[in-house]
Amino acid sequence: MFVGWRELWFARGRFGLLVGVVALITVLVGLLSGLTGGLAGRNTSAVLGLGGDHVVFAGEDAQFGGSGLDESTAREWAAVAGVRRVEPLAVSMGKVEAGGRSAGVAVFASPGSEVVLSRGAAAELGVRDGATVTVGDLTAVARVSTEDDYFSHAPVVRVPLPPGSRFSVLILSTSDSDVAAADQRLGTKTETVSDALERIGSFAAENGSLRLMRGFLFAISALVVGAFFTVWTIQRSNDIAVLKALGASTPYLLRDALGQAAVLLALGTTTGTALAAVVGAALPSTVPFVLDLPTLAFPAAVLVGLGLVGAALAIHRITTVDPLTALGSAR
Amino acid sequence: MTLVLDSVTLTYPDGDRRLTALDDVSLHVPAGTVTAVVGPSGSGKSSLLAVAATLITPDTGTITIGGTSTTGLNRAVLARLRRRHVGIVFQQANLLPALTAAEQLRVVARLDGRRGGADLQAEAGLAEVGLAELAHRRPHQLSGGQRQRVNIARALVNRPAVLLVDEPTSALDRASGAAIIDLLTARTREHGVATVLVTHDRAHLDGVDQVVELVDGQIAVRVSRAE
Repeated sequence: MFVGWRELWFARGRFGLLVGVVALITVLVGLLSGLTGGLAGRNTSAVLGLGGDHVVFAGEDAQFGGSGLDESTAREWAAVAGVRRVEPLAVSMGKVEAGGRSAGVAVFASPGSEVVLSRGAAAELGVRDGATVTVGDLTAVARVSTEDDYFSHAPVVRVPLPPGSRFSVLILSTSDSDVAAADQRLGTKTETVSDALERIGSFAAENGSLRLMRGFLFAISALVVGAFFTVWTIQRSNDIAVLKALGASTPYLLRDALGQAAVLLALGTTTGTALAAVVGAALPSTVPFVLDLPTLAFPAAVLVGLGLVGAALAIHRITTVDPLTALGSAR
Repeated sequence: MTLVLDSVTLTYPDGDRRLTALDDVSLHVPAGTVTAVVGPSGSGKSSLLAVAATLITPDTGTITIGGTSTTGLNRAVLARLRRRHVGIVFQQANLLPALTAAEQLRVVARLDGRRGGADLQAEAGLAEVGLAELAHRRPHQLSGGQRQRVNIARALVNRPAVLLVDEPTSALDRASGAAIIDLLTARTREHGVATVLVTHDRAHLDGVDQVVELVDGQIAVRVSRAE
């Protein structure tokens, strides 16, 4: 990168602008990723904390909120080979009241459960461990969980499931179980926990939109870098012709140009990631935002990768520069 | 180390027909001598230079640079041959704007994958053309004559077998032009280079060893100094 480094310094204004653009895109992508993670947590953390590896639904189109399963189905699933644990769970959206205050919550009812408020629910009600709360027809002393479980943006309250009640899903713990065969026999639909999250309506819609936005930003970044290097390569085509006439090999010139792109992308994404981390850290705790290394580093790595692809496509035109042009009008 | 062009013919596509730029041209440039190539516009001077620089492959004929025939060599090998054995002095200095005068010379060694000694070579090369003091200036900080001197120093830095010079004085005043020609001639003798000087200015022919006049791609007149 003998020439590449010197060009970076010589045209630092132009390169600086590109670094700035990449940094801003990285900030946007970083914030969007943190927000996607945070919102996903507000949708799914309660389901992810259930402890099983599969979720049984009443049918192909069933979601978490239905009540399509009964105790006989639970017993049949418990008898399936490889199924170690079956836990019925009824999920509904409701209200919890305590001390004259109320909060919208997701009610998770399972057999034998005590009344447990997630930290979010307790905070909304302004109650502590041992407070008396009312959930629907049930009034009981509640324990406050150390977990901050959410489902579909609502804090979770766990309550006992009355005997004989119908429920929404079965949480399975399995080992080498043929769930597809059991589904066919029992008329249910079983998903892994991660696939089951797509059946939380708000999660699927939100996550899809945020991922689409992030995808567009990735594409925009690659296009911006590609466009910059297209113009840059055209601007320096005479220099490239001179270097070729002096005996520079095409691979040498391509490495030099790709090295420039790598340096710019590294600078831009590092700056952008740092800014996103600072902004993320400054957000109030009420904003659902995940600030950890994988959440911020992954999109930065994707930006670098796609940016290099864009740059590679742009600088490919180096191969077509004719060294003869350095000699002037030979033809 | 000589440059030999033997029966070189070069044609270009020109609409439905082909235009003959060089027609059975043979030229022998011994080491340590300057051969001037003159002729009207379109006579084939630049084409001859391009063929000798291995930037174009002729239709027929052979080019031998320092004993190596270029016939059948692929692009990568030709590029290596140019790096190591051919120096080109461009009509416009064609210096890279991002590099200082010293770096314009160092880049030639870098292109060949060499680092060691490149700094000293560059320093010595600039001193040879009287620009040791301006080693850290970029092209826009140099005059036209100084840029052309860096151009020459860059072409000579690898001690090439062949030096190809394309109208080096076209953008210079008469005094600067004469100084450049004197410099080229002196370096040719000193380093034993086979130099081809394409020029339209016959005032620069006094010190050369051979003059070749091209007309319509053919050598119309060939005069040796001895004659």
